[in-house]
Amino acid sequence: MTSARARFGRLDAGTRVALVVLVVIYLAAFLAPVIAPYGPTEQLDIVGLKNQAPSFAHPFGTDRFSRDLLSRVLYGTLVSLSVATLAVLVSAVVGTLYGLVAATAGGVVDVVLMRALDALLSIPRVLLLIAILALWDPVPLWMLVVLLGITGWFEVARLVRAEALAAREREYVAAARSLGATGVRIMFRHLLPNVLAPVIVTTALNVGNVIVLEAGLSFVGIGAREPAASLGTMFQDGTEAFAGTWWGALFPGGVIVTIVLCFNVVGDALRSSLDPRQLGAARLGTHTAHLRVASATAE
Amino acid sequence: MANPLLSIENLRTYFYTDAGVARAVDGVTFDISAGETVGLVGESGCGKSVTALSILRLISSPGRIEPGSRMLFEGRDLMALSDSDMRKVRGNRIAMVFQEPMTALNPVFTVGDQIAEVARIHERASKKAAWKRAVEMLELVGIPAPEERAGEYPHQLSGGMRQRVVIAMALVMKPALVIADEPTTALDVTIQAQILDLLKDLQQRFGTSILLITHDMGVVAETCSRVIVMYGGEVVEQAPVDRIFANPHHPYTEGLLGAMPKMGDDRDRLQTIPGTVPPPTNWPTGCRFSDRCRYSWERTERAHPPLFEIEPGHLSRCFLAEEPQRRLTPHEPLVAKS
Repeated sequence: MTSARARFGRLDAGTRVALVVLVVIYLAAFLAPVIAPYGPTEQLDIVGLKNQAPSFAHPFGTDRFSRDLLSRVLYGTLVSLSVATLAVLVSAVVGTLYGLVAATAGGVVDVVLMRALDALLSIPRVLLLIAILALWDPVPLWMLVVLLGITGWFEVARLVRAEALAAREREYVAAARSLGATGVRIMFRHLLPNVLAPVIVTTALNVGNVIVLEAGLSFVGIGAREPAASLGTMFQDGTEAFAGTWWGALFPGGVIVTIVLCFNVVGDALRSSLDPRQLGAARLGTHTAHLRVASATAE
Repeated sequence: MANPLLSIENLRTYFYTDAGVARAVDGVTFDISAGETVGLVGESGCGKSVTALSILRLISSPGRIEPGSRMLFEGRDLMALSDSDMRKVRGNRIAMVFQEPMTALNPVFTVGDQIAEVARIHERASKKAAWKRAVEMLELVGIPAPEERAGEYPHQLSGGMRQRVVIAMALVMKPALVIADEPTTALDVTIQAQILDLLKDLQQRFGTSILLITHDMGVVAETCSRVIVMYGGEVVEQAPVDRIFANPHHPYTEGLLGAMPKMGDDRDRLQTIPGTVPPPTNWPTGCRFSDRCRYSWERTERAHPPLFEIEPGHLSRCFLAEEPQRRLTPHEPLVAKS
């Protein structure tokens, strides 16, 4: 067993940077109530501090309502990250259960579940969300989490089913059955830990996607609502006066890009170290790393 | 045989595939007594493993144990048990040892964990008690430093060690019957001998019966008291082990023994049985071995032979029992001619 520090040291430079940046962004977002100089909706001086360019007093500038943009970006990141992270966790849990049940049950149950999934997959996610959100106005944030979550698990379910079908044919599953294990026990104890690796990878990659999706929905005005800050609403707000006040769109937009980029880098690194099929002849040592990580997550 | 431990009668396990009905096990009858080691021998595709899985009722769709099959174990009809009662038999009264010790262990759990799981399933043992049990079992199957080994993952152990772990898992509940499906095939020869010795030793200590599935007549000679030879989903010969080696009756058994390397044999090549096992969807109507047999004649191609009693305890599914003079005129098997 190697320490976390040693494992971190073996990562390539890009992944290390991405991980550090993500940790910093998460910390900053969750500490927003402590470190933000002002409240997110606090209008400081509607005459004197309107549309101020970045300065020492207001590093990210102020918007047309004289709100401190640094504070708003911090709170906005908190909202966007929480929504995306929770939504992705919902997707991971629902998708994993669905896929596991389909693979374990097999037969007719499997066929019905998978055809239902095909039907769900045929509906474009963005259109579905727009339809629901346009009718449901204004939508509470927790509902946004649920909606993003329950429209995002289809791919996870497919992935898990495929992995579980392969794992089910392994002899250790037959061995577990021959020793009297029940279907439920086999599903959670023997199949689940062996399908976790790809779920972790897709989940990491999905966080970036969902942040963009949420920003997009907010951008068109149906995600998080003003005056509550989310990166998408702020970006949209900023673009309205982009020519004169570039900082209004640059900072929230920059944070979105940074988060997505980092999640993609980390997701790819996870994929190459967790997914044995992507290994090729590349690195032998990572196979055991895969086992270690999988067992660590299982415990 | 008074009150056998396991009594199988007319076991038929069919698979309903797109290519037709595969009659993988087709009317198998045999008994296993308490404390006995029985060898189940035959080539790949003869139905040995399906027989084993059928005893545990682990046949899944598209396979099915046909109605009319009877399996009596410790006086209970296995076919009549509910799924949950059957689960209480598996791993508890009947356990199985698998061929590939690498794949029979789950890579993401420590071996101690996996042995402990059996006790947790069947005895609802506490985590601590189950773990203690796992360490005892590892010690029992001759693994040095069992406390440390219990905390290791399967990939950290050698092949022989892993097979010992698999055996430990099977023996946790001191089952009355252990079905060992080619337990030594994946191991090298010296380790094979150790594992066979271990099985013999454990059997003497616990009085466990063993059904040893193998295609290695050498393994049979070393460990079994009785041999059942399967071909084409049927039992073709059954006899005490010394009778099989001294006086095989069925031409297929003869062929299996002939394919064994012998000490002091100066032939360059090993003898083989020409041809392969026919597909189970399409057994020949007569004797299922006839097209590969050196003695086949019109009758064996037309009629399906029953089991003949050659002498008490020695059965053979061959018409040579009625026409022994045919043995004097061997010929090229049909498959070799075409």
